[in-house]
Amino acid sequence: MQLARVIGDVVMTRKDENLVGITLLVVQPLTPDHQPVGRPLVAVDAVGAGVGEEVFFVRGKEASFPFYPAEPPVDAGIVGIVDHWDVE
Amino acid sequence: MQIGRVVGTVVSTQKHRKFEGAKLLLVQPLAMDDTPRGAPLLAVDGVGAGVHEKVLIVLEGRAAGEALGRKAAPVDAAIVGIIDTVTISG
Repeated sequence: MQLARVIGDVVMTRKDENLVGITLLVVQPLTPDHQPVGRPLVAVDAVGAGVGEEVFFVRGKEASFPFYPAEPPVDAGIVGIVDHWDVE
Repeated sequence: MQIGRVVGTVVSTQKHRKFEGAKLLLVQPLAMDDTPRGAPLLAVDGVGAGVHEKVLIVLEGRAAGEALGRKAAPVDAAIVGIIDTVTISG
């Protein structure tokens, strides 16, 4: 999983039927010192995250598991909102 | 699998239910000479690892879910061992 900040959302009218009702958010991956790293990407939201929040997301088919038994065709998903993290 | 060092802890209250009770650690992947390689990632802890420890991580969903002991968990990385030594002899 990776730390990220939600920086936007994506709205689609015409889409795969398994994506109906699923929120798509744009996330910017972060380093542990809160700096952007790499390119932003689109992730499905399994936890009710919103723009500006720091989250963690999972990559791969596992991103679809929170929507079981539906199997949305996705490869990244937000699975937690971060309260805080500590680096030693 | 990859070798990494635990560099921090992450606290999340609002998370997918499959993460309940799981410990989330920040891990810095390491090259074989112990230099940092790439960006730190989040892994679930299957073995009771702590900060500063050198660990073995799996970076694949199914294996990470098994390490957590939960089927169909939305995870992609897990700590599966605490490393005592690595010896490169080749």
